[in-house]
Amino acid sequence: MSDQITLSRRSFIAASLAGGTALTLDASVVLAAATATAPADVLNAFVRINADNTVSIGAKNPEIGQGVKVMLPMLIAEEMDLAWEQVRIEQTDANEKIYGVQTAGGSTATPRNWLPMRQVGAAARAMLVSAAAKKWGVDPATLATAKGAVIQTSSGKSLTYASLAKAAAAETPPDLAKVPLKDDKTFTIIGKSKPGVDVPKIVNGQPLYGIDTSLPGMVHAAIVKCPAHGGTVASFDDTAVKAIPGVLGVVAVNSGFVPQGKSDTVVVIADSWWKASKAREKLTVKWDDAAVTGFSTAKYVADAAKIVAAAPQASLFKAGDADATLTKAAKVVKADYEYPFLAHASLEPQNCTAMFQNGKLEIWAPSQAPAGGAEETAKLCGLTTDDLTIHMTRIGGGFGRRLMNDYMVIAGQVAKAMPGKPVKVLYDRTDDFRHDFYRPAGWHRFTAGLDANGALIALKDHFVTFGKDGKPIRAAQMAPSEFPAPVVPNVDLGVSYMATNLATGWLRAPTSNAMSFVWQSFMDEVAEAAGLDLPEFMRRTLGAPREIAGERVKFHTGRARGVIDAVCKSAGWQGRKKGRGFGFYFSHLGYFAEIVDLSMKDGAIQIDKVWVAGDIGAHVINPINALNQAQGCVIDGIGQALVGQKIVQENGAITAENFGDFPLMRIDAAPREIVVEFVKTDFAPTGLGEPALPPVIPALANAIYSLTGKRHRRLPLELI
Amino acid sequence: MSISLTVNGRKRVVEAEADKPLLWVLREDLAMPGTKFGCGAGLCGACTVHLDGDAVRSCQTPIADAAGKSITTIEGVGLNELGKRVQDAWAALDVPQCGYCQAGQIMSATALLKQNPKPTPEDIDGWMSGNICRCATYMRIRAAIRTAAGLPAEEAAA
Repeated sequence: MSDQITLSRRSFIAASLAGGTALTLDASVVLAAATATAPADVLNAFVRINADNTVSIGAKNPEIGQGVKVMLPMLIAEEMDLAWEQVRIEQTDANEKIYGVQTAGGSTATPRNWLPMRQVGAAARAMLVSAAAKKWGVDPATLATAKGAVIQTSSGKSLTYASLAKAAAAETPPDLAKVPLKDDKTFTIIGKSKPGVDVPKIVNGQPLYGIDTSLPGMVHAAIVKCPAHGGTVASFDDTAVKAIPGVLGVVAVNSGFVPQGKSDTVVVIADSWWKASKAREKLTVKWDDAAVTGFSTAKYVADAAKIVAAAPQASLFKAGDADATLTKAAKVVKADYEYPFLAHASLEPQNCTAMFQNGKLEIWAPSQAPAGGAEETAKLCGLTTDDLTIHMTRIGGGFGRRLMNDYMVIAGQVAKAMPGKPVKVLYDRTDDFRHDFYRPAGWHRFTAGLDANGALIALKDHFVTFGKDGKPIRAAQMAPSEFPAPVVPNVDLGVSYMATNLATGWLRAPTSNAMSFVWQSFMDEVAEAAGLDLPEFMRRTLGAPREIAGERVKFHTGRARGVIDAVCKSAGWQGRKKGRGFGFYFSHLGYFAEIVDLSMKDGAIQIDKVWVAGDIGAHVINPINALNQAQGCVIDGIGQALVGQKIVQENGAITAENFGDFPLMRIDAAPREIVVEFVKTDFAPTGLGEPALPPVIPALANAIYSLTGKRHRRLPLELI
Repeated sequence: MSISLTVNGRKRVVEAEADKPLLWVLREDLAMPGTKFGCGAGLCGACTVHLDGDAVRSCQTPIADAAGKSITTIEGVGLNELGKRVQDAWAALDVPQCGYCQAGQIMSATALLKQNPKPTPEDIDGWMSGNICRCATYMRIRAAIRTAAGLPAEEAAA
């Protein structure tokens, strides 16, 4: 997690104030970026004060439903001492030179921006106070601020921010690193629920999403991609397609997944998407795919069974002597676990709109990582990123799918082939399922050794995953610090790699969504062998509160213990009980323990109640959204286990066509009740888009075991 | 072919292929993108509209079948008192996460309450199970429907 944003922010403010002349007080004007032409009332790249004393605050990150479009402006507004009613939120463009990192991924927005965004707000406030002090000829230290006004407490005099905006913009911006921040106890916005800024538009069906982009003269594009991932276009015949009225062109492009100079996608452009989509059925494409059609789920399963039984290809982590310890162990527990490839299935299909004109490419993209998309698109279009302008739309679900930018890369190339014409590229649901970047499948062979007291003294895992050149491919890795490896005296974690042609990628709580299931399910087995329930086994294994260094981040055993105790108290956990299961997982800097209660109803599992206890630090910035995120994570995680989600491959291609083949959670399968509790600890706040998801999967599997006596070691759970 | 229909109380005439789904006529020909494309197969409910008062999947409704009919979309559902109540409940409870499915959810919920003004929890789940929310805002969807129905947002303990 780089924090370059902090270093460069000061120059943004300076730059935005340098040459401001035009006084624009229209609240509808898009928030000015930090340029030499910034209006005089722009205090910095994120803040503009309007004539009516409303304040426009730039929301810089992609909004995928995680609530960041409200959360980041809350941090600025808090330090500016605004009344929330004054705040007008505007989505910024994608431009990391101005705004710093603009990625929606890894639950990083909160930890990365908690201080920098507050500093931006505090700097704006300091400039307003300084301007008022000069106007009144008093010491700034004698002035206070509240609800968008500077106040002289002694006299009761006050000036609105709007009346000070122009003078404040001429102030020298303070050093962001030194600008004083509010005492947490005086927060009036942070920790208070703020509903979603786009909700009025959402419930009225107003255009917001990438797919809603509409431009004069816009044309529409549907795609045909090589079914077998990695295959390329050998030749295509578009005679029949071009004969269809309304079809405007056919171009072959590179989605970014095959080497430059090759193409893997044929795009049909028409005056309507419906027409383009129908016309593509008449396209004949010859694919060069012999090298990739041999890959299949059946082959992976057969190969993994052999590989997992042999010695690992490489070591991930070793401590002590696991093999020797196991021969002396009082009890040995062995189990194999596995999970499938998964799709993201965001409800808004992948899309992007682009227009190429006068050597410049303008893009409207629902992307979680627009900066990466800009680089890739520029490269494949033969442009530089300076030639690109990227507008960020609201995003109809991310889940990690839109960290990849294939739709942007394709739209850029199609637009470049049709200069002057805005073109919207849209995948249909089958394209979306078959050309995703999948959560990789994985296989684990675990062995654990307990001493006579039930303490875990040896631990082995042979992890079979996907890799290339002896390294895991995207999202196929396991951290050597998977708990409890760092606290067990004798550990041997090995890994072996298989090849795949599939594009893989990050799915919400990447790696953790699978690792939580295998590790915490296996730990439930080990705990049972030790004569304990999982929460108690975890407490003993965690030991005294302390920080343990991990691969990238530290793990605090005390914080883990805190949420375990909290959820057990909340649910009234009193040891193993039929239909009840527990799971704990630490991911994305968040500590979550969850308990699932379930029962059988008409031969099907009904989830009666889920308890969640989470520690994401000292503050839950926007509680109404936090609850929604945690509940959504829980149901999303249950979906990965319960409703049959798996991506199957045959002849190098994905078989899933639509939601009938890859079921998502529906309302009738959702738990009746989900109770969420946050344990506040004295640590800086961290993100919440992901960490509540992983523990529910093992909690569910462990609950099913306690109900039926059958241990499920494969996802999706097969209940019959 | 030329097709006349009423959309949110307004007479519209569109030129479209007979098999073009109502969804795409709304989005492309009538510039009403509130109705969402999710699956194109009637499986997700994102494209739900009312056709002569009944909830239908507009991705599965050829425009020829909508000729002469009255269509209500998310853009117009608030013109009706019940639809407005549902929208208001959705906003009051801050239901959406990404929000993409919510137009379809609101259209389905409004159709539910029209024919079943005081639905039980089972009624709600049964009726709404055709609408996918990928963000899984189901707890709030249930509560919003109950709120719009004038029932306590939290269901009574069993």
